[in-house]
Amino acid sequence: MHLPDNTISLERLVVVKRPRYRLMIGTLLTLTLFYFMFTAIATNPAFGWPIAKSYLFNSTILKGLWQTLTLTITIMAASIFIGALIAIMRLSSSKILNSFAAAYIWFFRGTPALLQLIFWFNLSIVVRELSLTLPFIGTLFAIKTNDFMTPFFSAVIALSLHEAGYMAEIIRAGIKSVPTGQSEAASSLGMHPALVMKRIIMPQAMRFIVPPTGNETINLLKMTSLVTFIAVDDLLYAAQSIYARTFETIPLLAVVAFWYLSVVTVLTIVQYFIEKYYGRSDFRPQPILFNVFAIFQTKKIISAA
Amino acid sequence: MTSKLENKMLFGVPDNSMVFARGVKKSFGAVEVLKGIDLTVQKGSVACIVGPSGSGKSTFLRCINHLEELNGGVLLVDGEFIGHDYRNGRLYEVKQRLLCKRRADIGMVFQSFNLFAHMTALENLIEAPIQVRGTPRKLALENARNLLERVGLSEKADSYPRQLSGGQQQRVAIARALAMNPKVILFDEPTSALDPELVGEVLVVMQELARSGMTMIVVTHEIGFAREVGDQLIFMDEGVVVEHGHPRDMIQNPSSPRTREFLSKVL
Repeated sequence: MHLPDNTISLERLVVVKRPRYRLMIGTLLTLTLFYFMFTAIATNPAFGWPIAKSYLFNSTILKGLWQTLTLTITIMAASIFIGALIAIMRLSSSKILNSFAAAYIWFFRGTPALLQLIFWFNLSIVVRELSLTLPFIGTLFAIKTNDFMTPFFSAVIALSLHEAGYMAEIIRAGIKSVPTGQSEAASSLGMHPALVMKRIIMPQAMRFIVPPTGNETINLLKMTSLVTFIAVDDLLYAAQSIYARTFETIPLLAVVAFWYLSVVTVLTIVQYFIEKYYGRSDFRPQPILFNVFAIFQTKKIISAA
Repeated sequence: MTSKLENKMLFGVPDNSMVFARGVKKSFGAVEVLKGIDLTVQKGSVACIVGPSGSGKSTFLRCINHLEELNGGVLLVDGEFIGHDYRNGRLYEVKQRLLCKRRADIGMVFQSFNLFAHMTALENLIEAPIQVRGTPRKLALENARNLLERVGLSEKADSYPRQLSGGQQQRVAIARALAMNPKVILFDEPTSALDPELVGEVLVVMQELARSGMTMIVVTHEIGFAREVGDQLIFMDEGVVVEHGHPRDMIQNPSSPRTREFLSKVL
């Protein structure tokens, strides 16, 4: 077939996209399903939405939320510190330090958090009192275990040690992900090993450490609800204490879910910015919002030039 | 700790030598990679080390700045030991701080560039001068910009390594080594990881450096560079120096059959 010259303008050439039928059907089905689920939940009076709303800023609930946040932040900070120590021991050339770290991770990751929590809460059964006695000087101090092992303190100890097992593995993997050439180059420039770790290895390891640490923080936030077992008045405990009196179980669980989701949302945003900071040497912004109707578009003008 | 002068007398280090190696041995487990290397590199000269892979060239280079610890022999840079001190007939391992101080005077350029991936080109250049030498930031930045200009990369100062081509990365790496004002620069196959069309730009920078009087030890496969720029050519095989001499003479008329065989393959 002969095409006459100069009749097609390449700049205005229209490219027609193949229609994505399966994608369209899947999308429509999902939207329909979502609509029915949403209306079923929103209109079911058993959920008691007005009751839930009235408890949203209840002072007991807010106190519980504060307790949950305090626990999460304290435990996360402690577990990052202990985890970093264990990770460095795990990477040490000393077989003893290495094995100790491996054993720590094996034990604290290998037993349930709830078991560890109840054990620390009951520490006084094993250790009646803590004292420091020096020869010739005598007893410097002695306190009964029950006096300092408050529910809050035993929760912090138990969950920190547990979480540190996970953090140690995350930090170790992050450090190992940095190519050895980086530390060799730094050493060849006369940088001290501690300086190499601080200035060269850690900033690059952070890119691998931050995403799973965000995961762990979110996990931990929810895991702190275990402390209701040892009567720490966290968010879930606060809700329980209310619905035990009023029997408005479902609305109060909705309130608890609302607060957990709110905190998780904030954490996700914070994580996004930390990741952006550590990935700045190769960061390409991820689209948070995208055009939901893009798949229904079948025409697009592409300039051929 | 012995002085430079004492070291020179004790070990017979000739005047004017930058790197002096006698009987250098290195093993990895049961495998002996270096079986007694003797080598002297004059101040301001360019020594090129060639040889088949696995011959121990890179290992020897890494021994010079103590990235690998020797198992035997002595190795002195500018009349000083790097990782050890000689006292009463023994070599004592030095404190980390002193090792760092001595290493800072020995530049190294790697096959895979090893630029700090989280820092821009300029940040790569000022890191060690500021952190190790305590150079004021302003002065370090000024030096760094001059060095980037010298390697022809002024406009790439704020680029991150992964935004640069291999040749550009290697030129930044050379500038980074120069930023510490080293006595000697070790090049570990600096062009082996580069696309053929990028090799030239790196060799030009190295040639300019040689002309400026820098002492350089270059492990390379670029025989052409060795012939044009080198003052000394060293052929290594199976952990020993098989032959060394003036590059042109050696390339034209190798005395050892192993050298002849190797050169016939790479020329």
